[in-house]
Amino acid sequence: MSEISTAPASTATGSTAHPLFVRVTHWTSAGAFAILLLSGIAILLAHPRLYWGETGAVGGPSLIDLPLPFVLDIPIRGPGRYLHFLAAWICVLTGVAYVVAGIVSGHFAQRFVPRRGELTARAVGDVVRGHFQPAYVRGTLPGNYNVLQRLTYSVVVFALLPLMICSGLAMSPAVTSVVPVVVTVFGGQQSARTIHFFVACALTLFVLLHIVLVWQSGFTPQMRAMILGRARRSGSPIETEAA
Amino acid sequence: MSGKVSRRRLLTTGIGALVGVGGVRLATTLLDRHGLIPANCRGVYGLSETLTYAGQRLLTRLPSMAREFDRSQISTVIPVNGPAPKTDAYRQLLAGGFADWRLKIDGMVDRPRSFSLAELKALPSRHQITHQACEEGWSFIAEWTGVPLADVLRHVGIRREAKFAFFFTIDEWWDSIDMDDAFHPQTLLAYAMNGPDMPIDHGAPLRLKVPRQLGYKNLKYLNRITITDSAQGIGDGLGSGSPSAGYSWYAGI
Repeated sequence: MSEISTAPASTATGSTAHPLFVRVTHWTSAGAFAILLLSGIAILLAHPRLYWGETGAVGGPSLIDLPLPFVLDIPIRGPGRYLHFLAAWICVLTGVAYVVAGIVSGHFAQRFVPRRGELTARAVGDVVRGHFQPAYVRGTLPGNYNVLQRLTYSVVVFALLPLMICSGLAMSPAVTSVVPVVVTVFGGQQSARTIHFFVACALTLFVLLHIVLVWQSGFTPQMRAMILGRARRSGSPIETEAA
Repeated sequence: MSGKVSRRRLLTTGIGALVGVGGVRLATTLLDRHGLIPANCRGVYGLSETLTYAGQRLLTRLPSMAREFDRSQISTVIPVNGPAPKTDAYRQLLAGGFADWRLKIDGMVDRPRSFSLAELKALPSRHQITHQACEEGWSFIAEWTGVPLADVLRHVGIRREAKFAFFFTIDEWWDSIDMDDAFHPQTLLAYAMNGPDMPIDHGAPLRLKVPRQLGYKNLKYLNRITITDSAQGIGDGLGSGSPSAGYSWYAGI
């Protein structure tokens, strides 16, 4: 596969596993995600009940009563709200930069779109089975995505994160006063809140699996690749063609 | 050689810093001129608060009306958030059917005056069935009747330099909104909810309805409005009692 050469790193001494823009936006959004998750929990704990439709309150029917306490006395929600919107802005601005750079550089076309022959049931099945074999996972190289990674990253970037932003905006009475479709498409303000919660759960599950697989495939080379761009130290005797 | 490099670095850093400071100054001036800086624009969260407020205020320059609902969608469960004032003064007002209650309007107005409840009710009214969401997460739909705040403000004559409408309540809470929301047709001084009157628990005799913001901006038990050109000098200068507790001054979220 051809490499997107952004730096002189892709020379004989080492190849770029992850372009610079991916590394920068990866860590920025990772930090923002951690803050969004924690502050989101702080906000949720004020009312850990989910509803469907436009309205919902204690005393009326709920969709799900989460097995969590109502935390109203401990002042975590106020700072949680400020942090949530600060981190949301960081996440959205980073996301926009990432998507623009990914399209312009051909990153998505080369690394996200499944390669020819990869999308057959058999090929996908092989990769899925492979993920249960430590040797297969250990053999994956940073930046060289298999079909399951390509599909998963595509869903996260182009479906789950936009859904997260839209369901968040659907809870803004000012935004919906101009663009009511952003809330009516979800079936109401409370439905949007419920979807915001479940998409957050899906993203959290993704992050947990991502960390487990990074760990299994070799924590040090993966971290090195996502920080320095190269999987192996330059000039090391065993040179791996990472991308 | 190294002296030259360090001097060049010093120069570029200096120019960079100047451009940076100048850029921030220019951005602040531009944002301020277009009314895009929130009352709580300072501190760690000032940047994100300003981005949210400026972004939404640019968006709401497009046709912007809070969604209105059908009478069949009015909620059967309407939680009460915060008790009615427990003071003797409030009990007396209540016992007298709020005949002695007055809404005082002062500050940057041409004709400061007080309104009795009867005087407010004599003005053209507006009904709306809107959604109100609490920042905690719950929400309800109700029908509100009241006089558009814009009509009352035109009555007293707002000076050109006015930027904020501050609201004060019988139970000594306070908050403010910008002129954009103050003059929005759906912003009401509401004296009735789901019927002919305002229930005591929901803010009798008069509450603010700002349907383009979260529930906590919809102050109950109003008794005074002050028009100002600045948030400074009132409370801690953040435009509301809410920001110091972590709740944004602007709650269009």
